[in-house]
Amino acid sequence: MNKPKLVLIGNGMAGVRALEELLKLAPELYDITVFGAEPYPNYNRILLSPVLAGEQTVEQIILNPLSWYADNGIILHTGKTVVEIDRVTRIVRAEDGTEAPYDRLLIATGSLPFILPVPGKDLEGVIAYRDIKDTEAMIEAAKVHKHAVVIGGGLLGLEAANGLTLRGMGVTVVHIMPWLMERQLDEVAGKLLQKSLQERGITFRIGAQTAALLGGEQGRVQAVQFKDGTEIPADLVVMAAGIRPNTALAASAGLHCDRGIVVSDTLQTVTDPRIYAVGECAAHRGIAYGLVAPLFEQAKVVANHLAQFGIGRYTGSQTSTKLKVTGIDLFSAGNFMGGEGCEDIVLSDPSSGVYKRLVVKDNKLVGACLYGDTVDGSWYFKLLREGRSVGDIRDKLMFGESHLGDTGHQGQSKAATMADCDEVCGCNGVCKGTIVKAIKDKGLFTLEEVRKHTKASASCGSCTGLVEQILMFTAGGDYSATPKKKAMCGCTDASHQEVRDAIREQHLLSIPEVCAKLGWRTPNGCSSCRPAVNYYLISTWPHEAKDDPQSRFINERSHANIQKNGTYSVIPRMWGGETSAADLRRIADVVDRYAIPTVKVTGGQRIDLLGVKKEDLQAVWRDLDMPSGHAYAKALRTVKTCVGSEWCRFGTQDSTAMGKALERATWRMYAPHKVKYAVSGCPRNCAEAGIKDVGIIGVDSGWEMYVAGNGGIKTEVAQFLVKLKTADEVLEYTGAFSQLYREEGWYLERTVHYVARVGLDYVKQRIVDDAEGRKALWERLQFALQGEPDPWFDIDKAQVDTRQFIPIVPITEGAPA
Amino acid sequence: MSAPDWITVCAVADIPALGARRVRRPDGVDIALFRAESDRIYALLDRCPHKGGPLSQGIVFGASVACPLHNWTIRLDDGHAQAPDEGCTPVFAVKLEDGQVYLRRDQLLAPIAALKTASCDAACADAA
Repeated sequence: MNKPKLVLIGNGMAGVRALEELLKLAPELYDITVFGAEPYPNYNRILLSPVLAGEQTVEQIILNPLSWYADNGIILHTGKTVVEIDRVTRIVRAEDGTEAPYDRLLIATGSLPFILPVPGKDLEGVIAYRDIKDTEAMIEAAKVHKHAVVIGGGLLGLEAANGLTLRGMGVTVVHIMPWLMERQLDEVAGKLLQKSLQERGITFRIGAQTAALLGGEQGRVQAVQFKDGTEIPADLVVMAAGIRPNTALAASAGLHCDRGIVVSDTLQTVTDPRIYAVGECAAHRGIAYGLVAPLFEQAKVVANHLAQFGIGRYTGSQTSTKLKVTGIDLFSAGNFMGGEGCEDIVLSDPSSGVYKRLVVKDNKLVGACLYGDTVDGSWYFKLLREGRSVGDIRDKLMFGESHLGDTGHQGQSKAATMADCDEVCGCNGVCKGTIVKAIKDKGLFTLEEVRKHTKASASCGSCTGLVEQILMFTAGGDYSATPKKKAMCGCTDASHQEVRDAIREQHLLSIPEVCAKLGWRTPNGCSSCRPAVNYYLISTWPHEAKDDPQSRFINERSHANIQKNGTYSVIPRMWGGETSAADLRRIADVVDRYAIPTVKVTGGQRIDLLGVKKEDLQAVWRDLDMPSGHAYAKALRTVKTCVGSEWCRFGTQDSTAMGKALERATWRMYAPHKVKYAVSGCPRNCAEAGIKDVGIIGVDSGWEMYVAGNGGIKTEVAQFLVKLKTADEVLEYTGAFSQLYREEGWYLERTVHYVARVGLDYVKQRIVDDAEGRKALWERLQFALQGEPDPWFDIDKAQVDTRQFIPIVPITEGAPA
Repeated sequence: MSAPDWITVCAVADIPALGARRVRRPDGVDIALFRAESDRIYALLDRCPHKGGPLSQGIVFGASVACPLHNWTIRLDDGHAQAPDEGCTPVFAVKLEDGQVYLRRDQLLAPIAALKTASCDAACADAA
């Protein structure tokens, strides 16, 4: 009957998060006991600065109230420091003699402030800045004392200085290094930061070395003395010169420590597999992480093991710093200092307080340091993590991802200046105030959590930067995102790329096979992974892997587009946007016959019949007697054309004929996302080829080919790929590019994002430079399309389950009225 | 013959595996009849608590369905939306016998208003 016993030492954010994750997976598995040295339940340590600044109270930053422990049957010992781990009898002991036996032990003792070993460090009025007690001491001191000295010009020190200034003290920051936050900022940004903090009334002693703290008559600190003999008055000294992993307890229990308690990828200590360590006290592959996101990733893995699933692995995190110091936006990541072999791209606009430095090495972005305008921080971080070549976007790099056609949030780029009622997410109608409230009320920390709870940035994602900013200054200053790779969904740890690779390398042919080989946690996936895996299978092994209609979104099962009231829209194919009197008559008859309420001309030069009842779909298709337009599918949609040289007095090429040929060659082509082509007959570009996945523009001497444009969420202008001479070349190059995207794109990744990921240079190399490879790609596409059915007419071959069109009508005769 | 209370609707095999069928109800809104893994059969009102999307058209996985309109995940056994979304849709009793699926006559014929209060608590009924 006895459950195994789990003991947690350290009642802080990392340890308690691990418990929360564990309770989600296996709520009944353990009897849990928690020891915390502080007299509080788990609180958000990152928010101590707003408490110090008087913006929040201690109550507001509590993450897990005492009732949470009680509700989950957890025994909580607050105010009890564990002083001994007996690994032989498996018992931990606290200072006051409280004991708890364990079967599994989780150490999350966090870190300790580094106290400068100078004379006077033990005087009254000398404190660190680490917990609620320190914060309260500062608040009390500010009530009666005047002069504060903060030793250390890092994030913590500056936040302390800011809070104490707001509470009315005169504050001097002593910083031994040549500029502030030297681990996160370069010299220019550090100096800009210093200037703006000076404007807020903070004094700095940069490069000064503290020699001693001098006491007064009552034994309280009175002054700080420097190596050069000068002194400044001080009634309060805050040591903020760094932190060290708190490993003393673990070391005394014989656990191997080296810059932290050394743990494996399963977060088990290398010495004793019964004992786990997470958070700032743990050293994983030589790194002790101090940011929230890595700690939470660790918490997930440790919970997975404690729940006896045994499949989670922590492989490290890449971190960036995105800070909010007293209303100043900062971002840095990677090697922002540059050095040998590095080039800097710099934008400096001191009067508007903006400075950006991007460090490029071997054509890759290796570091970034942003001051004053950080909205593109997450984009730079993504480029940095992925290590993709930036040669082709070098000239645009500095201006960020969001400089062009960013819609849905009124062009805002600074969340701080937005009012609570301003809309952040235009897709889901989420205002800033709603996001802030959700973060505060529900204790959210990560972008994913905010998306889940508020839907902000969960649809098109163009407001992600804004949501991250809001998260940053609501949840705390050191938010950082970053698993090294992103799992496809909650069912698996595998990324899209890993799934694609496995399907190709291991010749996998069905969804159950993929789930089994790649360790899916769920019996049959979810609505997010199954359509992706299904697409990967049929695009990798055409004519071999069998399509699974039940793993497709409803539109691709009913071959029509579901509308908000459950009816469907039907768009027949009109080759190249050309139609005829006969087609139009049939369409008109169908509209009358089935009482279709709305008929609309689409942006893709076709006709949309809206409000068709599902029961009528098959008859509508039959009576239209036109091919499926695939307007409902992740597939080739439309080929938009202008009238071209056939009629137009400016036309240089027959764009309509070219468009029709392209459409006939590639229709029925499924892809990671929808695909649109356009062909214009001259550079006036009436077919808007500049914002299509493939845009062809006729010129007198042939055709120009542009790729990866997008007229959607973010207007992206297509990029020039190659100049072609003949219509056959246009077919081959367009087909080859489409096939490359079909083989390598991730599900729901448009060509614009695919090309952004792999780089235009790579696409040029595969499509333009490698003639043989291009021909092979084009042949593979033709092979895949061979015999591909039109689902409106070849119903059996397309596996259209016609039972869906007919509702079951139960016989209820004899029923009461 | 089945007990008088239950009405034959279809055979299990009439529902696609990991799929659904719509069952007409005289009162208007259909029932979505789901066939989950291992031929477990569930029945919900064919209306998502979020914006009324037809759940019968969603992707079925595990013991849940994803609404086709905005991808809310609804549990098939109790009709509840998966947190943090809130709301629930009425559940219908299902009986399986010899590969045949039965629904209760009274539930099949009940007016829509009566359904909500019968199988959802008041808070959910409001949301629905």
